[in-house]
Amino acid sequence: MALFEARGLSKRFGDHVVLQDVTLAFEAGRLSGIIGPNGAGKTTCFNVLTGRYRPDRGNVSFDGEDITGLSPAAIARKGVSRSFQLMNLFNDYTAADNVLVALPEVRARGFDVVHDLARDSACADRAAAVLARVGLAGRERVPARRLSYGERRALEIGVALAASPRLLFLDEPTAGLGADGTARLAELIVELKRQVTLVVIEHDMRFLFGLADRISVIQWGQVIAEGSAAELSDNPWVRRSMQGAPA
Amino acid sequence: MPDRPAPAGLVTRPMLVLFAILASTPLWLAHVGLYPYLALEIVIWMTYALGYNLLLGYAGLPSFGHGAFFGTGAYAFGLLQKKVVASLWLDLTGAVLAAALLGAVVAAFVSHRRGIYYALLTIAFGQIVWFVAIKWHSVTGGEDGLLNLKRLPVDVGFATVPLQSNVALFTFALVVFALVVIGLWRLVHSPFGRVLQAIRQNETRAAFAGYNVWLYKWVAFVISAAIAGLAGALFAMAQQSAYPNVMSLHQSGFVVMMVLVGGGLVSFWGPVIGAVFFILARDLLGAYTETWLLWYGLLFMAIVLWKPEGIAGLWQEWRARRRPPPIAAGVRHAG
Repeated sequence: MALFEARGLSKRFGDHVVLQDVTLAFEAGRLSGIIGPNGAGKTTCFNVLTGRYRPDRGNVSFDGEDITGLSPAAIARKGVSRSFQLMNLFNDYTAADNVLVALPEVRARGFDVVHDLARDSACADRAAAVLARVGLAGRERVPARRLSYGERRALEIGVALAASPRLLFLDEPTAGLGADGTARLAELIVELKRQVTLVVIEHDMRFLFGLADRISVIQWGQVIAEGSAAELSDNPWVRRSMQGAPA
Repeated sequence: MPDRPAPAGLVTRPMLVLFAILASTPLWLAHVGLYPYLALEIVIWMTYALGYNLLLGYAGLPSFGHGAFFGTGAYAFGLLQKKVVASLWLDLTGAVLAAALLGAVVAAFVSHRRGIYYALLTIAFGQIVWFVAIKWHSVTGGEDGLLNLKRLPVDVGFATVPLQSNVALFTFALVVFALVVIGLWRLVHSPFGRVLQAIRQNETRAAFAGYNVWLYKWVAFVISAAIAGLAGALFAMAQQSAYPNVMSLHQSGFVVMMVLVGGGLVSFWGPVIGAVFFILARDLLGAYTETWLLWYGLLFMAIVLWKPEGIAGLWQEWRARRRPPPIAAGVRHAG
């Protein structure tokens, strides 16, 4: 059974149908990819899967439990974490504090009004370890707003990772990264794949085809093809897109 | 091992300096042409502004109707004293609970909003409470309010300390203020305080990190309202009355001006600075011109336009220029 499943999802905004009868399944321990042209509905799909939007029809389940219509916070507490295409950080906080507040142990003590969080060295160690894992060792005390673009992208993933998720959604993680940054990110994703189930939306087809075990192609709000990279290589849309894909 | 921020400490040096300065005011205030009641009023407004800043500065939630909770505390204190029991501890507790309860109800309606909608809803609720205070004559005394309230003595079991004089009441208010300062200082450095600041910076990210944002905003509002009620009760003792004007929109605006001018958005101490600045400006400028609020309003506009970090922000900037730190640990500083 898949760890995360969506069946018959539909979503419309006014007259505009964004998702239509979308069915997806993400197997535990694998990296699933979602590709599609701009405006295909990929990010809306992520938003429906992670609770930001309630689907008009269909249902979503995680680990056998129906999570349709739950809030993003409730879904996150079940072990589903995500990063964002447009970066969503706590900009005034340092890199370490960004990660710190996302730790499950800090969340569990969220209504503690007495203890000083700065005295908790175990949490600080965990935050530092997460930052080191995404390549931000030594940048702990730099406010997020002062980090470089690539570092902010890494921190975005770090904040999502800090929650110790069982399933991690990454929304266009290579957006705006150069070749070096993309290569470092690919290394990180390969390492993450050993510990957490991943779902990645990507525009960079070569990047995704090199990493994903299974890929779903979304166009006009519908899943038009699914399969491994090899299986999809004959898909006309994929072939057309790969010809114009970044090297 | 990365360099880490130092723990906040229960009582800090700036706190001790502030408490010492305030405690010494009865000794020198008259020599600089001021009077004991002014110090009492400043301490009450500092308490109120610190509680308000938990909402505005830390949670990023602009309430423009906070006078409702200040006034509720004042009225509850007066009504309990007149109609139930004349006990300082019970009446103060009742005032805090009444303001917290009203805050809980209002927060239940506003906490799913943010920004301008949040602000408008708080104004609406503030106006409702103000209107009720004016019209419910049989309970609130209408536009006159509740008059002849007593400055109840402090009963500590083995002794009773009268609070009739301004200096005695000031000393009591200062102890209450010190407890509020220590409590809030602890709170803003706790996990709860850190989460509130995270919500201010990015509500969406906080929700996706698993936090029930609505509940955190609700709790922050209730705590802030409770402190406003405490300050309101002290104000009722100071004025020996409770009247609807303290709930009016322009009175609610005063605490916003104090917090912003003082620098509550960047410093824990901003509301304290702002309250001192506002009350002194009122008295000193007011001695020269009836239009003091016009000049203060212009100053407020200038600060919002050119230095939104307020007086505390100016101080931090000056210190940073003198001794530039290697890397700032965050935007909110202890000093």
